[in-house]
Amino acid sequence: MQIKESSKIYDVIIVGSGAGGGMATKVLADAGLKVAVIEAGPYFDPAAPEQRTQLKWPYESPRRGASNHRPFGDFDSAYGGWEIEGEPYTQKDDTQFDWFRSRMLGGRTNHWGRISLRFGERDFKHYSYDGHGDDWPIGYEDVKPYYDKVDKLIGVFGTKENIENEPDGFFLPPPKPRLHELFYIKGARKSNIPVIPSRMSMLTKKINDDRGICFYCGQCSRACAVYADFSAGTCLIFPAQKSGGQIDLFVNSMVREVTTNEEGKATGVSYISKDDRKEYKLKGRVVVLAASACSSARILLNSKSEQHPNGLGNSSDMVGRYLHDSTGASRSAFIPDLMNRDTYNEDGVGGMHVYTPWWGDNKKLNFPRGYHIEVWGGLGMPSYGFGFNPNDLNRFFNQKVGGYGNSLRKDIKKYYGSTIGMAGRGESIAMKDNYCEIDPTTVDEFGIPVLRFNYKWSEHEVNQAKHMNDSFEEIVHNMGGTMLQDAPSKASNYGLENPGRIIHEVGTTRMGSDPKTSVVNEFQQLHDVDNVFIVDAGPFVSQADKNPTWTILALSWRASDYIIEQLKQQNI
Amino acid sequence: MDRRDSLKSMFLGSLGTGLLLTGCNTDVSAPTPEIAKAAEDYFGRTPKEAALIEELNSEQFFNEHEMETLNILCALILPANDEYGSATDAGVPDFLEFIVKDMPHLKTPIRGGLMWLDHASNSTFNTEFQEASEENQKAILDTVAFPDPDKPGWEQPVQVQFFSLMRNLTMTGYYTSEMGIKDLDYKGNQPNIWDGVPEEVLQKHGVSYDPEWIAKCVDQSQRGVTAEWDDEGNLIT
Repeated sequence: MQIKESSKIYDVIIVGSGAGGGMATKVLADAGLKVAVIEAGPYFDPAAPEQRTQLKWPYESPRRGASNHRPFGDFDSAYGGWEIEGEPYTQKDDTQFDWFRSRMLGGRTNHWGRISLRFGERDFKHYSYDGHGDDWPIGYEDVKPYYDKVDKLIGVFGTKENIENEPDGFFLPPPKPRLHELFYIKGARKSNIPVIPSRMSMLTKKINDDRGICFYCGQCSRACAVYADFSAGTCLIFPAQKSGGQIDLFVNSMVREVTTNEEGKATGVSYISKDDRKEYKLKGRVVVLAASACSSARILLNSKSEQHPNGLGNSSDMVGRYLHDSTGASRSAFIPDLMNRDTYNEDGVGGMHVYTPWWGDNKKLNFPRGYHIEVWGGLGMPSYGFGFNPNDLNRFFNQKVGGYGNSLRKDIKKYYGSTIGMAGRGESIAMKDNYCEIDPTTVDEFGIPVLRFNYKWSEHEVNQAKHMNDSFEEIVHNMGGTMLQDAPSKASNYGLENPGRIIHEVGTTRMGSDPKTSVVNEFQQLHDVDNVFIVDAGPFVSQADKNPTWTILALSWRASDYIIEQLKQQNI
Repeated sequence: MDRRDSLKSMFLGSLGTGLLLTGCNTDVSAPTPEIAKAAEDYFGRTPKEAALIEELNSEQFFNEHEMETLNILCALILPANDEYGSATDAGVPDFLEFIVKDMPHLKTPIRGGLMWLDHASNSTFNTEFQEASEENQKAILDTVAFPDPDKPGWEQPVQVQFFSLMRNLTMTGYYTSEMGIKDLDYKGNQPNIWDGVPEEVLQKHGVSYDPEWIAKCVDQSQRGVTAEWDDEGNLIT
């Protein structure tokens, strides 16, 4: 049977429905264009009763929320994870890259941490500042208007702080700190480590009639049924549909490749329907890839033709290169002053109400880039694992550990809410030799050749992880607390997580003005093919110690405006 | 009504009826999102996840004797007190039956450990564990309930490891049950308006809010007013 080809010709075909794809859908559909959105996973709406996990109790899950199936627990809203049955990837040599994928409408924006930071002036020009990596072809001033628009459209709380390289925005007011966060503030400030209110995309205040206001259940990772936090489905795609956008949604559809004609221009995409396992083709005037940095690179590399023998957009041989993830290391600690707590509802917003932006001077340090510190703790809802080692902390008081009986109830209450955790999330240097490529020996269950990863951390990242641990220890000491784990050794890279673990992979189709050393131009248009754009984090030249989502959104909006303009001028 | 009271009353009566949020005063005119009551029948499984749970529920791992032993053991680890039932009353043995099928690596350590309990009881008291007196049952547990604090878990004798595993699963099963959550006095997982740590708690723990910080935080009485900014990004509503 031949491949089924749709006769409809779309103005734009968007591959992927996460932050980048969602924003492109909204901007392009609002402009009146006919848009097809292709998503590899099912439809997802956190308000749908059968999909909702928000406000569920641990006992509603027979495994009590354990994380043996969904990697962040049974109630987390990510359909996928680092391992997906039928969708393998491979590693070159001793590489250990962990690749997280969420197969669902809205992608990883459904479960993400909602930490919404702008890149600063220095983040776009870090090569000029320290000689590592490369500068972006654009600067903060190019992106600022779009950051402003994203702030107003989606909503982000925070405060104006006037800190160098931590640009302020149009903020909603932040929630007040919780008890453990007050201890963290005290501990950090004692060492002159700054702490400021978090900058996260939950609505602490109304922004429009389409979205609810945060009711402080602390469960943003479950996706919000009243749309009070940002995810691409609820805040971009649904509103674009509601305002009459011409959007055809193709879910459960796995894109194999971008199709091209004799002139080498893109004509659309081919995909496999997961429902009937048949191949289909869609035709469009413009193709926008937003499948995630690695998935978009994979689609390009698999799109080989006579005109593009090395894969689409890959005449430079740069597709897949400069892959980099944030660095990460974390520790937890016991704070005796937080024992014997009165209980009250302090769920707050999901995640942290305060955080530490980068404060160091890298010129005086043995690593070139910074990190921020995220904080957790408090009187959280029990889930699988709560109550393990119920009186282990007795060892700090030379009291007996173990036993059984009603004394365990007292132990649980004594220690409930007395531990805190800190996680460093930092910038790594983009390197040409860290890359993903096609593994010609392995296919997924759709017959599509898979990615193979090649990645090594350098001394820069390892030294940074050491510094993270030293900072955690200093802050905890100031809080009168004790670390719960020994300091990680040099042999373990000071606790530096495998690349991919922080789920901020970027850089595989980087932007630049020179087609020999970059894949897309500053408007995220392939140098080689003018009707293909990439609006996920693939075009990032460097990572910054900021989470990438807000920048993906701003750049996707900017690229979409450019697409509209180019279509109007009939340039593409 | 002062502000805190009015915020509190906004949610009175909203529990157990889905998420119907109704304001008692007009200045907190948030949209009133309602989530269908039908949501109570689900916990957000994909069809594949739901099928796995059904499959696991159709199997039985522990035999009758093992289940009876678990009923006794869980209630020894966490017995009833004046206010709350035992871990067994809270349904922990049923949770154990599910979790060992869902985490198959737990099957043999627990089955083998239960066998060891009978062996220890037979050897010492000439009767199976569940038939032994409570005093004798406790005498057996006392030999395995206190791990050597200077050794990591995996270096402990196997029966000590078994008991530690049983204590962990029993405690987690209890505190994730409806009864255990009440016992813990966890107060969240419901609509709330977070407006800071109660004053008496701040005092008890010897901390206070920095007025400069608090001045920047959300004024909850204005949460329903649509945000507007001046050109400099200052919130003006």
